[in-house]
Amino acid sequence: MDHFQEIKPALAADEALSEANRCLMCYDAPCTRACPTHIDVPSFIKKIATGNLRGSARTILTANVLGASCARVCPTEVLCEGACVLKDLHHKPIKIGQLQRHATDWLLEKGGKIFEPPVERAISRVAVVGAGPAGLACAAELVRRGHHPVVFDASPQAGGLNTYGVAEYKMTPAFALREVAWVRELGVEIRTGVAVGQDISLAELERDYAAIFIGIGLGRVAPLRIPGEELPGVIDALDLIAFLKTDRAAASAKVAGKRVVVIGGGNTAIDAATQSARLGAAEVTIVYRRGRDEMPAYQHEQELARHDGARFLFESAPEHIDGTGRVEGIGLRKMRSVGEGRAARLEPILGSDFRVACDLVIRANGQTAQEALLASLPGVKLEKNRPLVDENLQTSNPRYFAGGDCISGGQEVVNAVAEGKRAGATIDAWVRRQMEVA
Amino acid sequence: MADLRVKFAGISSPNPFWLASAPPTNTGDQVMRAFDAGWGGAVWKTIGDPIVNVSSRYSSVDLGGVRMMGLNNIELITDRTPEINFAEIAEVKKRYPKQALIASLMVESKREAWHEMVKRAEGAGADGLELNFGCPHGMNERGMGAAVGQVPDYTCKITEWVKEAARTPVIVKLTPNITDVTWAARAAKKGGADAVSLINTINSITGIDLDTFAPRPNVAGRSSHGGYCGPAVKPIALNMVASVAQDREVGIPISGIGGISSWRDAAEFIVLGASTVQVCTAVMHYGFRIVEDMIDGLSNYLDDKRIGSVADLVGRSVPAVTKWEELDLNYKIIADVNQQKCIGCGLCYVACNDGAHQSIGVKPRDDGRSHVWILEDLCVGCNLCSLVCPVDNCITMKKVDTGRPTVTWKDFSKDPQKHAYLKNPHH
Repeated sequence: MDHFQEIKPALAADEALSEANRCLMCYDAPCTRACPTHIDVPSFIKKIATGNLRGSARTILTANVLGASCARVCPTEVLCEGACVLKDLHHKPIKIGQLQRHATDWLLEKGGKIFEPPVERAISRVAVVGAGPAGLACAAELVRRGHHPVVFDASPQAGGLNTYGVAEYKMTPAFALREVAWVRELGVEIRTGVAVGQDISLAELERDYAAIFIGIGLGRVAPLRIPGEELPGVIDALDLIAFLKTDRAAASAKVAGKRVVVIGGGNTAIDAATQSARLGAAEVTIVYRRGRDEMPAYQHEQELARHDGARFLFESAPEHIDGTGRVEGIGLRKMRSVGEGRAARLEPILGSDFRVACDLVIRANGQTAQEALLASLPGVKLEKNRPLVDENLQTSNPRYFAGGDCISGGQEVVNAVAEGKRAGATIDAWVRRQMEVA
Repeated sequence: MADLRVKFAGISSPNPFWLASAPPTNTGDQVMRAFDAGWGGAVWKTIGDPIVNVSSRYSSVDLGGVRMMGLNNIELITDRTPEINFAEIAEVKKRYPKQALIASLMVESKREAWHEMVKRAEGAGADGLELNFGCPHGMNERGMGAAVGQVPDYTCKITEWVKEAARTPVIVKLTPNITDVTWAARAAKKGGADAVSLINTINSITGIDLDTFAPRPNVAGRSSHGGYCGPAVKPIALNMVASVAQDREVGIPISGIGGISSWRDAAEFIVLGASTVQVCTAVMHYGFRIVEDMIDGLSNYLDDKRIGSVADLVGRSVPAVTKWEELDLNYKIIADVNQQKCIGCGLCYVACNDGAHQSIGVKPRDDGRSHVWILEDLCVGCNLCSLVCPVDNCITMKKVDTGRPTVTWKDFSKDPQKHAYLKNPHH
């Protein structure tokens, strides 16, 4: 059995049809409101029911150009499906994510144009830095509004975390790249392996492009800043997932049979735990410094980890990593909250130290910003290492716009798409205003 | 992109999707919102001398958890005055010059009364007139609606009166509550009608409250038969549209009505001869927004089929509807079960064994479900097993080459000896 087979497999055609017919077609639908990109869910589901799959895909992709990957990676349980009125009525919401996949997969397979060509063409050239969800959504929106965006990405492949950072059982890199290819077909030019600031300077971008969108996401996982962290066997969650997605056999060799400790309480920590378990880890322990109720990972994600046999150690913080030449164990200390919720202050419980023997420590305690690149953006004010943007996603330097994880600190793909799309629209408006002035 | 524009009896419309004369077209506000949503035309709720309605007006038939498979109503024509309606028609027409706006009319059966109503409707700017000869409840008791439509001579006579005064195209709306709808269609044609629309609603009682014994919709413990519509009536409407389309004595454009909820339904009416379609129940269920998928779906369908316009689709299936006696008695199909897809529910077996022709074998599988197979020598190709099978494309009907020429009942009855093998049911 393939432990990485999809956790939400494709619906069969008749399954999709009967599920689509179950949709009540709510007016001013809660699912649409819950979607950050406001996909008209009843409309695309109705179109599945009538056999108008091209129209269904158009409805989805008009609102969310990465609707195919969002159908796979969205936490629908807390977004559209969480809002579905049938969740209350029948305790069974419509499988919106899987229906969305049904329609978008159909389109990716059949191909063909679904968007009307823009009325005007090549109004301006816009540089998009980062080919992740935010950058791709921004570029697609700009193309649809008649601009010529060029997307730069330092990685060898486009797609950002869709390609390199999504748990394998949700989406494969091959699918992410298939979707990127579709975005290219819309007229988005993507240049991979080009690091802005190294291979091409910001001055060159400013010279050649009317506006610049920053969608660079986040950087490395933050260090734990504890002794022993430099030992072999301490790795970053995103590196593990990228490794698994580019060379599964090698990743398996690294993890199989090992005792794994994951540090962190977010959805990335869950991904690291489930992917380790599925790679054959002997045991998986998730260490989180606050309590179960404060854990930021979604409930349904926590369930996945539990289902995969992961153990949770709450209210435990790493103190040091030990080992001779490689990781052999991690020293932990129990913590207690003073105050309420996630804002509560943590204080260590003296004398509560304990050790967990392990072979691998996976850091999943949040990513840091891409500080160097952000700091080099001329006239762009930062706050907590994030570009400050107004409601138009415009920074303090009017030629620079930003969106996605680099301004949010890390959210869902669908949030990045929503911001990218909005930035595409506001860049279009800003560029047109500049042209009127000039 | 296919061209969805249509010209119906001289009336231009951006697409073939019209709202039928019914509650959704009761006011100018509704019609304007419908046009904003994309509807190509609207037939105003029937205008006549204002009536008084009852409270409790609609009732429905649900099927398998799906609401409103069928809907009936005992509402009458508009309860708003002609002055208000015509003023709103004028306003809507001014703001929406491109959409087709049709005034549905019903007055007492007097020549002068019709003449006056026609002039007022046209004066307001209506693009055409629809004569409501179909309303099956209330109005017919007063000598209007179906009381006219059920008597071809009356239909012809009143159409003539209208045509004396009308300058815009006249559409006669036909009632299905008649033995043969083509008689009514011919009468309309004879009276000078430019087009017909069908079907109006069907006489119906949707159900009874078994606690109170009151029929629905319950008006103080009693009810009246109402006009039935919605998805449930579509097959009846399709047949009536096809029979009018095939009738050589009619030969005027048809606006198809009856249970149209999607672009597929609309396309079926169009291939059977309708050049516009009218919708009511689906809008009463889901609102004007459903037209978006109708336009999008029909357009994608035409593109996929490489058909350039709606006009090119009209009537495509009309020649395929024939009399039974013209069907090929030597055409043979038998059922085929895809064992990989079979989920072992046994429904095909029980349906065939109890309800049809005893041509399916069954035995328990190792997993406790049913293994079924077709007894090919016995299968008459009735389709029933493939209709009850819950799995898509699991039971399909395969053509069997009999090596025999086409023989119709007409051929057979002329020379039964020559085709004697047809008397053997398992030939």
